[in-house]
Amino acid sequence: MNRLDFQRILARRQFLDNCSGGLGAVALAHLLGVEGRTAAAQVPDAGPMAVKRPHFEPKAKNAILIYQSGAPSQLDLFDPKPGLAKWAGQALPPSMTKDLKLAFIKPNAKIMPSARTFRPYGQSGMEFSDWVPHLGSRADDICMIRTMHTEAFNHDPGALLLSTGVTQFGRPSVGSWVAYGLGSESQNLPGFVVLGSGKGPNAGSNIWSNGFLPSAYQGTRFRSVGDPILYVSNAEGVTGELQRARIDTIRHLNQRRLLKTGDQEIAARIASYELAFRMQIAVPQLLDFRDEPGHVLRSYGVGQEPTHAYATNCLLARRMVERGVRFVMLTHGDWDDHKELDKGHTRNCATVDQPSAALVEDLKQRGLLDTTVVIWASEFGRTPMGQMDREDEDPGRDHHPDCFSMWLAGGGMAAGRVVGKTDDIGLKPVEDKVHVHDLQATLLHCLGFDHERLTYRHQGRDFRLTDVGGRVIDRLLA
Amino acid sequence: MDPRTAGKKRMRLRVPVPGSPVLLVAALAAMLAVGSSSHAQEAPELPNPSTVAVEFSRDIEPLFSARCHACHGPSLRMQGLRLDRGPDALKGGYSGPAIVPGDSANSRLVRMVAGLVADKPMPPEGERLSAAEIGLLRAWIDAGAEWPDSAEGSVPSGEKRLSHWSFQPLSRPDPPAVGNGTWPRSEIDRFVLARLEELGVEPSPEASKDVLLRRLSLDLTGLPPTLEARKAFLGDDRPEAYEDLVASLLDSPHYSEKWARFWLDLARYADSDGFRGDNFRPHAWRYRHWVIQAFDRDMPFDQFTLEQIAGDLLPDRKVDQLVATGFHRNTPTNTEGGSDPEEWRFEQVVNRANTVGTVWLGLTAGCAQCHDHKYDPLTQKEYYELFAFFNDLEEVDIDAPLPGERGPYLRALPSYQRQRRELLESHGVFERKPPWEQRVLWAADHPGESAAWDVTFDELRTYVNLGERIIRTPPERRSVRHEKALTDFFVREYGRVLSKEEYEELGYVELSGKLRELDRSLPEFGEAQAVHVEERPRQTHVFLGGSYKAPGVPVDPGMPGWLSGPAASKGHTRIDLAEWLVSPENPLTARVAVNRIWQELFGRGLVPTSEDFGAQGEEPSHPELLDWLASEFIEAGWSWKSVIRTIVMSAAYRQSSDHRRDLESTDPDNALLARQARLRLAAELIRDSSLAVSGLLDTRIGGRSVRPPQPEGARRMGATGDDDWVASEGPDRYRRGMYIQYQRMAPYPLLSAFDMPDTYETACRRGRTNTPLQALNLLNDPVFLEAAQALAARVLTEFRGDLADRLRQAFRLCLARDPDPAELDFLETSWDRQREILERTPRSAEKLFAVNLPGVDRLDGATWVSIGSALLNLDEFLTRE
Repeated sequence: MNRLDFQRILARRQFLDNCSGGLGAVALAHLLGVEGRTAAAQVPDAGPMAVKRPHFEPKAKNAILIYQSGAPSQLDLFDPKPGLAKWAGQALPPSMTKDLKLAFIKPNAKIMPSARTFRPYGQSGMEFSDWVPHLGSRADDICMIRTMHTEAFNHDPGALLLSTGVTQFGRPSVGSWVAYGLGSESQNLPGFVVLGSGKGPNAGSNIWSNGFLPSAYQGTRFRSVGDPILYVSNAEGVTGELQRARIDTIRHLNQRRLLKTGDQEIAARIASYELAFRMQIAVPQLLDFRDEPGHVLRSYGVGQEPTHAYATNCLLARRMVERGVRFVMLTHGDWDDHKELDKGHTRNCATVDQPSAALVEDLKQRGLLDTTVVIWASEFGRTPMGQMDREDEDPGRDHHPDCFSMWLAGGGMAAGRVVGKTDDIGLKPVEDKVHVHDLQATLLHCLGFDHERLTYRHQGRDFRLTDVGGRVIDRLLA
Repeated sequence: MDPRTAGKKRMRLRVPVPGSPVLLVAALAAMLAVGSSSHAQEAPELPNPSTVAVEFSRDIEPLFSARCHACHGPSLRMQGLRLDRGPDALKGGYSGPAIVPGDSANSRLVRMVAGLVADKPMPPEGERLSAAEIGLLRAWIDAGAEWPDSAEGSVPSGEKRLSHWSFQPLSRPDPPAVGNGTWPRSEIDRFVLARLEELGVEPSPEASKDVLLRRLSLDLTGLPPTLEARKAFLGDDRPEAYEDLVASLLDSPHYSEKWARFWLDLARYADSDGFRGDNFRPHAWRYRHWVIQAFDRDMPFDQFTLEQIAGDLLPDRKVDQLVATGFHRNTPTNTEGGSDPEEWRFEQVVNRANTVGTVWLGLTAGCAQCHDHKYDPLTQKEYYELFAFFNDLEEVDIDAPLPGERGPYLRALPSYQRQRRELLESHGVFERKPPWEQRVLWAADHPGESAAWDVTFDELRTYVNLGERIIRTPPERRSVRHEKALTDFFVREYGRVLSKEEYEELGYVELSGKLRELDRSLPEFGEAQAVHVEERPRQTHVFLGGSYKAPGVPVDPGMPGWLSGPAASKGHTRIDLAEWLVSPENPLTARVAVNRIWQELFGRGLVPTSEDFGAQGEEPSHPELLDWLASEFIEAGWSWKSVIRTIVMSAAYRQSSDHRRDLESTDPDNALLARQARLRLAAELIRDSSLAVSGLLDTRIGGRSVRPPQPEGARRMGATGDDDWVASEGPDRYRRGMYIQYQRMAPYPLLSAFDMPDTYETACRRGRTNTPLQALNLLNDPVFLEAAQALAARVLTEFRGDLADRLRQAFRLCLARDPDPAELDFLETSWDRQREILERTPRSAEKLFAVNLPGVDRLDGATWVSIGSALLNLDEFLTRE
């Protein structure tokens, strides 16, 4: 969001001023009256985004999924393995590597211990490396899973499995499932929003796709260049007042056609145009950080480098949750350091460590963390073996689907707990394996769903996010 | 009982733990005998065989019945195994025998129920079998697994499923007699009316001529009627006026575009690979072009089927018939580094088999990839017999020059080849490449010895079409195309195995650029994506659990036995498959095809689930009408145009689409066809309509994909989504929506906002959603503003008269009807109000209407832009009524 043109926001303020009197004022009053969490009661009980009740009383009402695209190295951030030292520079015996799925390296690649130092944080004593000290400071709010595993060992299939439950394209994303199941409490913003920084995420727009669900449940991408939402600004030369007059003309003629034909789709079209107009007002307000105190901006790292872009998205995520947006997906990348891992991870950690921690802290201080699940996840992890394709380059690590770490916070998830134990070299889980489907089942559980019953009939079959797997993992819950 | 509910109930069945007294006694006895507790699931060891005498009907059959038959019984035979009939049970399933008489310790059945097969404990749900129960099984098997004849399962396999309506032979029912003799115009109407009369419902009146003209134009050509066409039709009072209009629209070249787009959804057409690379497919359009030409010639559906499915196998095949096999090339392709090529080849075969199953047979064949179909008779084995037709396909790019291309290309070729040879020679490529090839081949057979060479080989396999095959072919036997691909790869990748200094010194980076430049200097010589059969035969297997890594029993290509007509036994090539699909005895193909045409013309198929004619699909609202249409289709020589004409000539089609209060609660979905339907236009048609009425539309038919402008960065969404969307210039900017380049990872925004399918798999029905993002798109996208500006200029230069006259004509142009007095009055007021706003913001007016037209006031112009844009946003404009 670093390249957002704040002039645009000011222009939008003027837009409201231009609408003095008449419908503009009505729209504004409406907007101020209903925006935010109080809106729930006023949302009409119709339309695809109407608020719906889940299967049982939920702990969480909202979710923020932070997708670290490209796979950060768990061995250098979250899962200390002093045991690697004694293997340094050696190949593992074939008996240990025979079941490994590797993308680029061969099983005889040499073990590479982490160069980071780890220390325990907080009451819980959860360990973090010196690359992520800010996350360490939230240790007691976080539930760390060290035994994640997945089937996919390439990026796109991995990103798809994490976000849609299968390694193929074409299925609905988790955000779409949640929007489909719960609707949204925001009347003026989309119910499922996507924010990105760095390189675009793996599997592209497919990770916020509605798949075969109605397109109303598609994630709406907030962009970092040009309009934050595609076409949310008036066309060039159209003032706010003219836009309103134009929409009034459309509405009036549509109403006449509705009377003539009796087709309720026309009523829905009229409502869509009104929501579009409200969105044009609400989006600039959402993006206008002038109402945020300086210490909040500083705590996220807004206005500082290298954090600014990612921090802006974290802060926006909180502002969206405050306004009733159901599901926010943040993407950041790329972590795919097959070579020069030290350099790449240093930069990425410096970018995401502080803002991620600030988001958890800020949500907590505002009392939002109880009802908001934060998930910090990637498609897989990285190997204990180093990867060095050329002698004259610094090494990296290959893809590792069998064992990796991710963390959760809030919304009914455990705090200050480490779940799962991995072997001495981080090759395999030893206790409490958690599959990606288990994570999805547990997330849906916190949002009030039985993951086996949140289904949609398509091509003769009932589909669900967790495909044919998944179980709720009690150890992850508070 | 409704077969659907029956199916569902079967599936949801939760089998209770066996608790019959007989079993309890037996279990107790067994426990005493082996002296262990029943906690078999805690220690996955093989419990000892029971020492008590076992009786099949008392000890074994009830166990199978209670714990196994739900999945391995008469209705479901998961993994090909059924345990309700002796011979079948002893034969085993797709993994081989499950029971080895006399050797229980090595019987798969025993090992699985004992939890000794990793990740596959059986039964998968409910409590595990106790040690006592396993002991009984072992004792029975060790004693020879006797299966008394009297214990044969009584229900023949899937008999009920075979009686499903869509699998019954096609008949040609006579249209029923009806009371109202004046309404029906055709046989179709008698089927429709009979049903309505039965329920005492009147059909709707015929729509106005205005509505009929616009409906027909949009349905048959995808474009709104021109003012001239309207004038002609309204002025034609002859009884044949309607029929003549239909004929002229079916003759229009735009008919072929509209109906080609209909087919392209089914063919999952796209211009890119999908996945991380999402590489552009520069030749994909040739398949689309072929489809347009096929519809233009009204190629019969049987021929259309044959050429797409098996064009490469036809005797004396023409280039066009190879281009038709581009149908199989529309699958997504993964070229991500480090992926397993076999995995993605397998996925493509799956995609091809599923597509053919759904497009022609209306079966959710993909449901049988991992296990027997849960609701339809299709077994997993039959699925892989269908799969086998496509398992030996190989992707091949072919020369397919367009008329006029050959001459200039051949004239330029000698000079091109000379220059290329010189460039390669001067950089020592001919000396350096052979040893490099040898080393790559060595690495291929010795992975893990050298990372740089490993990566070179991996990249070759991933990024060069048939890369591994090419390098393993001796150089003298390689085709020119293959040798060139390998050489280009060598020049690009050689640096991977050299030091940076060495590589720089060789100047290969520059060489690579020069070679590309040279390629570009060569005149256009069309290519196309096609398929052919691999040289080496490939044995297909049943893949257990749908995994490419788990081959089970071998299978050969074949059609499902239970659907067989006489053609099914003929042979096992794709030609045989195609001929079987369109044989008159095949009960599904014609029904499925006409149902989709009906869906296109009424918004809803006679079978609403047009993708699923199986037991889970919905039943037809008018089964006899469906059969009648299907036989008409076949009798008319599989002519699309003929069946489309038959439908649009009916009184049912011509009804008003206004909603019926009287039917709102009884028939909300219009299943009875007591009216027509109001349908929001498809994404492409919304664009086409705006461009058409504003006069911007480029009306050339067919050709390459184009890139209309889209906002900066909109394309940058995937990992490799570089911002390479260079907008087309000139008339290409205004081509129809169906020509917009479809990038799977970042589709053109209008297309995804208005429910264009994602093209990863076949799409039989489009959604028609209604979202605020659509409103923003149409209100604010510069493309639509440009249309409004062109519309304004057109109104001001082409139309005469006062404001009311011009408003009437603009309204007519956009909606193909006259406004009623109240609408006109309201438009005048709106026009005045918007002009008054623009008067106060003159700079805004300048931007909205920047052109200088003689005698045109700029404020008037800007006001017309705004009003024009409102017309282009009206629900009625976006809807075919």
